[in-house]
Amino acid sequence: MSDIFNVGLLLSALRLATPLLLAALGGLFSERAGVINIALEGLMLAGAFTAASVTWYAGSPWVGLVSAVLAGALIAAVHAVACIRYRADQVVSGTAINILLTGVPALLSGAFFLSSGSTPQVPQENLIPWTPIVIAGLLVPLTYYVLYYTPFGLRLRAVGENPEAADAAGVSVNLMRYAAVLISGALAGIGGAYLSIGQSSLFTRNMSAGRGFIALAALIFGKWRPVQTMLACLLFGFTEAVAIQLQGVRFGGEEIPTQFVQIIPYVLTIVVLAGFIGTSRAPRALGIPYQKEK
Amino acid sequence: MLELRAITKRFGEVLANDHIDIRVEPGTIHAIVGENGAGKSTAMRIAYGFYTADSGEIVVDGEPRQIQTPHDAIRLGIGMVHQHFMLVDTMTVAENIVLGAEPGSAAAIDLTKALGEIRALSNEFRLSVDPNAVIHDLSVGQQQRVELLKALYRRARLLILDEPTAVLTPQEVEEFFAILRRMREQGKTVIIITHKLSEVLAISDDVTVMRDGRVVGRVKTKETNAAELARMMVGRDVLLRVEKPDARPGETVLSVQRLSVTAGGGERGLRDVSFQVRAGEIVGVAGVEGNGQTELIEALAGLVPAARVSGEIRFRERDVTRTSARERYELGIAHVPEDRHRRGLLLDFDLSENSILGLHYRRPAVSAGPLLDLSGIRARALEMIQDFDVRPANPDLPARALSGGNQQKLIIGREFGLGPKLLLISQPTRGVDIGAIEFIHRKLVELRDEGCAILLVSAELEEVTSLADRLLVIYHGRLVGEVDPRQATQEEIGLLMTGGGKANAE
Repeated sequence: MSDIFNVGLLLSALRLATPLLLAALGGLFSERAGVINIALEGLMLAGAFTAASVTWYAGSPWVGLVSAVLAGALIAAVHAVACIRYRADQVVSGTAINILLTGVPALLSGAFFLSSGSTPQVPQENLIPWTPIVIAGLLVPLTYYVLYYTPFGLRLRAVGENPEAADAAGVSVNLMRYAAVLISGALAGIGGAYLSIGQSSLFTRNMSAGRGFIALAALIFGKWRPVQTMLACLLFGFTEAVAIQLQGVRFGGEEIPTQFVQIIPYVLTIVVLAGFIGTSRAPRALGIPYQKEK
Repeated sequence: MLELRAITKRFGEVLANDHIDIRVEPGTIHAIVGENGAGKSTAMRIAYGFYTADSGEIVVDGEPRQIQTPHDAIRLGIGMVHQHFMLVDTMTVAENIVLGAEPGSAAAIDLTKALGEIRALSNEFRLSVDPNAVIHDLSVGQQQRVELLKALYRRARLLILDEPTAVLTPQEVEEFFAILRRMREQGKTVIIITHKLSEVLAISDDVTVMRDGRVVGRVKTKETNAAELARMMVGRDVLLRVEKPDARPGETVLSVQRLSVTAGGGERGLRDVSFQVRAGEIVGVAGVEGNGQTELIEALAGLVPAARVSGEIRFRERDVTRTSARERYELGIAHVPEDRHRRGLLLDFDLSENSILGLHYRRPAVSAGPLLDLSGIRARALEMIQDFDVRPANPDLPARALSGGNQQKLIIGREFGLGPKLLLISQPTRGVDIGAIEFIHRKLVELRDEGCAILLVSAELEEVTSLADRLLVIYHGRLVGEVDPRQATQEEIGLLMTGGGKANAE
């Protein structure tokens, strides 16, 4: 067993936690403002595909990263308009975006690269394996500060708890919510970029593999607070790292079946959600479109 | 200071404001009175930018202004305290006050400066409240002070107050009026929306009366009286005081011995409460809201988990402490809940469906086998709707389409139809207009005279004192006294309600 738990495992946990943390912090902005963001999965895919394609074309991961941010924000804008302007059901809108983004990258890579699943390989020197980890690490204190020490954060939290009160106090509820959802798209976009040009070197179909949902679980587990959410992401990252290490490990002479090992992070997600969704209090106005004259 | 000219506002089919003209002079306290649904709050929400008028003009300080959002109103020096407080209850007092008008820069809120300004304002207007307290730990009276500070912090010169006294005890009302007078002295203008005529007469300089979306009159407070105002509000003469013969109580129907409910779910709980209610009498429970009234009524109705209840509840000699809500209902304990939207109605169901809630599983609602007798239900609903004057008298409308008063009449009709031996009724006329209040009060007295035992809880002191034959006072989950409502003064009762007073729990 001792050869499983080592520094490599911790580094691997950190790497695996990073995309979760970026997406979860994105979700935090959106949900603290009262908009459910189940679209994190799709937003990550948008970021991942954009980052890989643009980096390959432009030859610069920085251009790729910025494009991923913009792509995330753009797709999030669709969610925002549907949820805020048209008061659509936020879960349905998010699900629609997730479904859309399982198909759109394949379509585009077919058009650009004559391949239906993946983008061409980005050369090694154009990968950014560390930057997103640093960004994610810096974003935690930054988010904390913005949320609790700035007018923007105060208004954001007010809008998510009691939009009528915020409105009565002269805060534009819609403006705050648009800003929050766009930020959430941008951050999830970085998380996606890390998947394709950080951890890997190309975009493959559906490469987020449910990480957007795990990020959402981490957000709930972390009670919609930045530091706790980070800890939750690290826990999920760690489990995933353990799951990878356990592949091929013999246990009592028998090899543990890979499928069994791979489900560990997902099982943990279910357990955490089942156990904590009741005790963790969501922003009160979460999921409720704001309607002025009713 | 503020003038609304020919303001019209329509919500779907309903004409909420029909060419409203209201003029408020600077430095005065102006009362706007009218029944629920008369359009008072709508007019003021338009002035505050919460709603936008379909047509008409708003004039502030002599100049026509566009007020599209509360932000616009705030900039023009208008503040509003809403009937349901607009506070974020997970945040602190200071955060709520500065929200949307934060001192400091975009990068950081200057909290020290905010606290300083808040302290200065609370000293100036004697509105004491701890700026670092979290809203949900505060009493409603304190929350109201936060709302006032919020408006003052935004440099409001005109304060619009929507039903501000609904949540206050008589003593708090006095303090509150003192604050309003102080504001007037300092040159502020105040608009107070209310339906309590005694308060209008006590505090205002001018009165605008509204009815059915129109302004029906404007008078100087000095030149009018309660009867005249009531007539203008309702459009006919109204009985302001309940007239009832003396009670002729019979055998004891409800006997409560050392009933306690442990605190939980944001409730204070109930401690060691004992009392009796006899057939043919109305026993009132007076107290500031949140002192255990909800727990008392719900424990008697069987709506509190048995694990939280101790003591004994006897109904006609039978111990019902552990029986279910359904069984108690079947025994003849009817319940008109304090929150009709939460406990009393399914708002999206129609009136005939609502008329059988709680009776839906048995005859006559169920006729053949497992099926509901829909036409029978509808016919009986229509009959009840007519008996209890529910308007509009259409059993196919969803309950949501009715005004508060008519919703209440529907619930009362349903519960009275049970032929109850004991009626638990809480806040019977909350949000109900004067005409309907009169009707509900008359029905209650009728039911009493038919020999029903009635336990009445109300936050309206006038209501419990005028209806009850005996009056219990509740404070912090205990009964702290019993008074004769015909003898006791409002002041005496008010003192008991706040934990003072000579008669403490024996």
